[in-house]
Amino acid sequence: MSCCDKKGPKDACCETQTQPKGFMDTAESRREFIWDAVKNFTFGAMTLTAIPLFIEKADAEEVHTGKDGKEVKGHTVLFGYLVDTTKCIGCGGCMLACKKENDVPDGQFRTWVERYVYYKDGSVHVDVNTKGTFAFTELPPLDAKEVDKAFFVPKLCNHCVDTPCIQVCPVGASYKTKEGVVLVDYEQCIGCAYCVQACPFGTRFINTKTQTADKCTWCYHRIEHGEKPACVDVCPTGTRTFGDINDPESEISKALATNRIDVLKSYLGTRPKTRYIGLTAEVV
Amino acid sequence: MMPHAGEFIFPNDMNGVAWTVMIVLYPYITGLVAGAFVVAALYHVFGRKELAPVARFALAMSFSFCAFATLPLLLHLHQPQRAFFIMFMPNFTSAMAGFGFIYSFYLTLLAVEILLVFRSDIVEMAQGKGVRSLLYKVLSLGVLRETAKSKQIDAKWIHALSIVGIPGACILHGYVGFIFGGIKANPWWSTALMPVIFLSSAIVSGIAMLIVLYVLFSKLRGVRVDDECLRSMMKTLWLFLILAVTLESLELLNMAYEEGAEWHMLSRLVTEKLRFSFLYVQLIIGSSIPFVLLLIGWMKKTSPRIRVTLGTISGLLVLVQVLAMRFNVVIGGQMLSKSFRGFVDYIPEWQGREGILVAMGVFTLPFILLAAVSQILPVWKIDAHDH
Repeated sequence: MSCCDKKGPKDACCETQTQPKGFMDTAESRREFIWDAVKNFTFGAMTLTAIPLFIEKADAEEVHTGKDGKEVKGHTVLFGYLVDTTKCIGCGGCMLACKKENDVPDGQFRTWVERYVYYKDGSVHVDVNTKGTFAFTELPPLDAKEVDKAFFVPKLCNHCVDTPCIQVCPVGASYKTKEGVVLVDYEQCIGCAYCVQACPFGTRFINTKTQTADKCTWCYHRIEHGEKPACVDVCPTGTRTFGDINDPESEISKALATNRIDVLKSYLGTRPKTRYIGLTAEVV
Repeated sequence: MMPHAGEFIFPNDMNGVAWTVMIVLYPYITGLVAGAFVVAALYHVFGRKELAPVARFALAMSFSFCAFATLPLLLHLHQPQRAFFIMFMPNFTSAMAGFGFIYSFYLTLLAVEILLVFRSDIVEMAQGKGVRSLLYKVLSLGVLRETAKSKQIDAKWIHALSIVGIPGACILHGYVGFIFGGIKANPWWSTALMPVIFLSSAIVSGIAMLIVLYVLFSKLRGVRVDDECLRSMMKTLWLFLILAVTLESLELLNMAYEEGAEWHMLSRLVTEKLRFSFLYVQLIIGSSIPFVLLLIGWMKKTSPRIRVTLGTISGLLVLVQVLAMRFNVVIGGQMLSKSFRGFVDYIPEWQGREGILVAMGVFTLPFILLAAVSQILPVWKIDAHDH
């Protein structure tokens, strides 16, 4: 029932309907129209801006649960990386392989190997060889007889589930693939270095050759063809394991299931997908 | 025995800091924009009539600095040709993505408010012929008639824009602080106080710059500095200086008292790496001395001549303090390697795109524009109408 069907005195609705004035005839209605347009535009724009936020959230969930990713052998692929620090001998082969495979400029690193030396006096010496073959050919300072224990820790991008780097990229140049690999679109990166600041692990840098943000891609150009990352392939001791963590039969899944696993800086809540065996409290 | 680790920085930190002196300059410039606007708003919105002599100039100053606020960022970007991506394809989960929109909004607001404040003068000077009147015809946007009603509408809009501009200035600068405060990877930055600290120091720097420029321009023009106006600015500066320094100190005190996981490095950052710029310049020379000078300066008994001297000296010191604060946040935060075991050295370069010489060049541009604006528009005229 429209308002005009009502009995009794005509209400405001009918008054306006019976007015002979057309649409936008008066300054009043023009003002109303413009005001409505502004309101609707603002509301529409705000809604449209909000939608991508939800899509982003949905994407993150997909990666976490492995939904809608690449289907292999009846399950979706989600890549993971495991570093067994008890096996690393500090030969630096991984650093060399990475540099050659990915054309990483001198003095910049997508991966590196840290050496931890614990002395009897309680001090811990940490260093990294960034030159030559990257191998630790020299002994650490002080008398080796004073040493309690020593080990090597390879570092690389953690390809976190909740990535601070993707969050802060102002243009969306940092993104995550369906397989959970965190990548940079070099054609879109504006080189603001905000992601370099946001990464808690020091794995991002502004590439001096490309002048864009750069980082470990887990050799995405190799893994999408079923190969392993160059650092994994070249490691002589099997320190580095890479594979599909959604496949219970994969080498990495078995290793993750049967070992005590840790991640770097877990207190920051980034949920790294690069995981470790044999970390100590001093490794950050 | 508890293990304690020696010096070690992540290898990618060995190349120095990613954000250089340009990123120190950027919040410094936007801070001056926000601060100067607040003074104009104190007059237009809060009825601080004694600020009338600088109300117009404050707007012109705010605009002149705002016009160049993006230049340091452009010089810093490694792919400057893609700068506008930030507006065409913003990723709104990034604190930085709002920059283009917030900045454009604020610059537009300032430009419109200036055109309205100076409308009567522009219309007057647009009459007649010649190149000079042509300039004013352009500035008048083609409307060369002014009526009592149009003046009334303009006044309303100036009032409205000033009101909108206050939260606008807070967002513009609070947002800059959030860019740093929202980085959990960096314990020197990651605090919810950061936006408030940036905002309060912005207001401090803006008022200080206004005092210095007001005194300087008065000398150049050979006119007397309005004592009530200067006294009011000094009093406001004193208040905001207390607020800013309290917040800055509270942040440090909180870190020191909690003695969190990274405090052993943060304490070294403050006492070793930033000893000069933080302890000496930011806290002692830039805060304590102006605090005393301003206190003496705004007291009624102080003679106007001495007030001018005290105002100028404390203004300059406060400007140095805020610059040091920007440096200590931006560069200081990056000096701490994410390994939390060692410090990244910062050696500023003189030449080059992000060098000190270019930074100095960039910082002179707002002053040149401001000098030009003060030639074109009557920035020292005192508005007759009341709001």
